[in-house]
Amino acid sequence: MKRISVITAALLAFSAGTASVQAAGGGDAPQYARVPWTFAGFRGHFDQAQLQRGFQVYKEVCSSCHSLKRVNFRNLAETGGPGYSEDQAKAAAAEWLHQIPEPNAEGQIADRKGNIITRPARASDPILGPYMNEAQARAANNGALPPDLSVITKARGIEVEKPFYRVPDMMLRDIFTGYQEAGADYLHALLTGYKPVPLYTEQGGKLIRVADGQKPPGAKACASVERQDGKNDICNPLQSGMNYNSHYSGHQIGMAAPLSDGVVKYAKPKQGDGLTAVPETADQHARDVTAFLAWAADPKLEERKRMGMLVMFYLAGLALLLYFAKKRVWSKIPH
Amino acid sequence: MSNHESSYQPQSRAAKWMDERLPVARMMHAQFVDFQTPRNLNYMWTFGGILMFMLVIMIVSGLVLSMHYQASDQLAFQAIEGIRRDVNYGWLLRNIHMVGASMFFLAVYIHMARGLYYGSYKAPREVLWILGVIIYLLMMATAFLGYTLPWGQMSFWGATVITNFFTAIPFVGEGITKWLLGGYGVTTVTLNRFFSLHYLLPFVIAGVVVLHIWALHHVGQNNPAGIEIKSKSDSVPMAPFAVMKDLFGLAVFVMIYAWFVFYAPDYLGHADNYVEANPLVTPPHIVPEWYFLPFYAILRAIPSKLGGVVAMFGAIVVLCFVPWLDTSRVRSAKYRPLFKPFLLMFFFTVVALGYLGGKPAEGAYVVWSRVFTFYYFAFFLVLMPILGIIETPKLLPKSITDAVLGKGGAALPTGAAAAPEKR
Repeated sequence: MKRISVITAALLAFSAGTASVQAAGGGDAPQYARVPWTFAGFRGHFDQAQLQRGFQVYKEVCSSCHSLKRVNFRNLAETGGPGYSEDQAKAAAAEWLHQIPEPNAEGQIADRKGNIITRPARASDPILGPYMNEAQARAANNGALPPDLSVITKARGIEVEKPFYRVPDMMLRDIFTGYQEAGADYLHALLTGYKPVPLYTEQGGKLIRVADGQKPPGAKACASVERQDGKNDICNPLQSGMNYNSHYSGHQIGMAAPLSDGVVKYAKPKQGDGLTAVPETADQHARDVTAFLAWAADPKLEERKRMGMLVMFYLAGLALLLYFAKKRVWSKIPH
Repeated sequence: MSNHESSYQPQSRAAKWMDERLPVARMMHAQFVDFQTPRNLNYMWTFGGILMFMLVIMIVSGLVLSMHYQASDQLAFQAIEGIRRDVNYGWLLRNIHMVGASMFFLAVYIHMARGLYYGSYKAPREVLWILGVIIYLLMMATAFLGYTLPWGQMSFWGATVITNFFTAIPFVGEGITKWLLGGYGVTTVTLNRFFSLHYLLPFVIAGVVVLHIWALHHVGQNNPAGIEIKSKSDSVPMAPFAVMKDLFGLAVFVMIYAWFVFYAPDYLGHADNYVEANPLVTPPHIVPEWYFLPFYAILRAIPSKLGGVVAMFGAIVVLCFVPWLDTSRVRSAKYRPLFKPFLLMFFFTVVALGYLGGKPAEGAYVVWSRVFTFYYFAFFLVLMPILGIIETPKLLPKSITDAVLGKGGAALPTGAAAAPEKR
C-alpha cells in the first residue's frame, strides 16, 4: 500500500507541474467548437448541395488569392464530390479567370506588351490562383503568402491543452469516433473568428480583459498579451495591415475578413430541384466552403468510408469464426 | 534447426521427387506444423506472428507505392497527392503503409514488453533477444527514412533534427553529417539516398527475422510460467493449436489496424506533414512520430547535446545487455514479487516519456523528463542486478502441465517453502 501512495503522490506532483506550465503559457487558448459535419464519423458522406455552394464561395471569394492546384477541374465531376456533370466541369474550367500559362505556337511566352500568354483551362488542368509565383503573391499581399488550399483541412489541426490524466480518455474517444475533422473545425473557427480587437485595462502591471461591448476610459486594444511571472504584462497592439482573429495563432492575420453576411448569393431553390434554402450568413458561407475544401483535401473520403464499413463487418465475422474454430481446437486441452 | 524429426510424409510423386532433392517442405513442416509450443501460451505470444504479417504488408504495399513515387524535392509532395487522388486505390495503399508503420511499432512494443515481463531474454535465449533488438533498431531507421519521403514540413525538419545528432560526435561529426546528407542540409540529394535506403532496409530486416526465428526454434519458446518444456504433456504441436490462436489474435489486431486505415488515417500523424517542405519556415514544434517520442524525451532531458544523443542511443543499446544485467534465474515476473512492481513502473515510465516527448521542452516537462529518464536507466543498470540478488521468488510450478492444471507454486503462499530457483 505504501508503494501505491508513493505513486499517487508522484502523479499529483506531476499534474501540478504540468498545470503550472499551462498557466505560464497564457491560458487564453481559444476554444474550438466541433461542427457536426456530414462527412464525420462511420457513415460520413458529403452533402452535394453544400459542396456546390462551397465551390461557389471558393470561386467568388477565396480564388481571388488562393489556388487549389492539386485539384483538377475534372475532379468536380467525379463521384463522391460536388456532383457536377462533365459539361459543367468543362464549363467551369473554360470560364476560370486564372488561365494556364503556355507558350504560343511560335514559342513566345509573352506578347509584345509583355503580358504572359495564357490559354483557357481545360477539365484536365489544375485549379490555379491568380499568382505566377510566391514572390508575386507576397508582393500583392503585404508580404503575406496566401497558401494553396488543396489539402488545407488536413494541414491544420487543433492543439488541445488538457491535463495529462485527461489525455487517454480524449485519445480513446477521438479514435473510437474516428475524429478527423480538426482541420475543418479549425478552418471554420478561423473564418468566423474576425472580431474587434479586445480591450484591456491595466492594474498594477497586469492587463485585464474588458468584457465585450464595454469601453472603459484608458482601455488599450491588444491583439495578444504576453504574461511572464514577476514582470509587467506586455500588450501587443495590432500591426498595420494585419487583422485581428480570435482563432489564429498570435491573433494577427494578414488575410482580411473574407466572408460577411450575404457576400455570396446562393441560387434560390425552385420547386422540384431538391435544394433547400440556406441562410446567406458568414457562418453558413464558412461551413460551405470548409466542406468543399474538406472534399478537395480528401476526394476519396466517401469511397474510403463505404469500403471501410464492408471491411470492418467482414473482419468482425472472420474474427468470430476464428474464435470458435480456436475454441473447438483447444476444447480438450486445458491451457 | 531444431532437434526433433519431421513427421512430413510426401503424398504425391512430385512431392517425393522434390523431397529427395531439396527437402524444403520437410523443413517447413517440422518448423511450422510439428514444432512443439508450450500449451500455456497466452495472447501476448501472438505478436510474433502479427509482426511477421506486418513486415509482409509493409514490403508489399511499399513496393507498389514506390512505383508511383518520385524521390525529388520538386516532385515528392505532388507524387503523394497523385497517389492519394489519381492512382487506383492509391489512397488505400498509402493509408495501409502509413498506418502500418504505427501498427508495426505498436506490435513490436507489446512484443518487447512481453519479453521483459516473462523473462524471454534469459539463457538460453540471449542471442534471440539481441537479434530482436537489432530488428528493432533497423525498424527505427527504416521508419525514420520513410517518414522523410512525403516531403512535408515534419519530414524535412524531422530529418534535419535527426541527422543533426551526428554533428554531436567530437571532431568528425560535421564531416560525417555532410557525408550522410550529401551536402550542407537536407536536399533532394538526401531524399534520393533516403529513398534508396528505405527500400533496402526492410530486406535486411527480413534477413535478421530469419535468424530470429531460427534462434527461437532452436531453443524453443518461453512461456508465461517461464519454465522449459519437460515432458510431452507440456506442449502441443504448432498446427493447429498455436496457429489457430495466432490467427484469431491477428484478426483482432487487423480490425484495429483497419479502423485506423479507413476511419482515422491521419490520427497518428501530424497535420504539418500536409504542408510541403520549406527550408525557410521552421514549424513551431518539431516532433517525431509517436513511436519515437520516449527517446525524443530522453534526448531533450539531458542538457548537453552530445550527452543527449549518447543517452538516447544508450536507451536502446542497454537492451542488448539485459540478459546479463538481470541476475535472477527466475524468468517470469509472475513469480518475482519485487521485480514485478518495478517493471510495471518501468512500463509506466516509457509511456510517460512518450507523453513528455510530445510536449515543448520547457518548465515542468523538462524536470519530469529527467525524473523518468533517470528511472529508465536506473531500472536496467541498478534495479535489475540488485533485485535478482535480494528477491525471494515465489515457488515455481514443477512443470508447465502443473502450471496449467493449477498445481504449483502460484497457488501456495509466497515464500512458504524454499524456492528451487532461490540462490
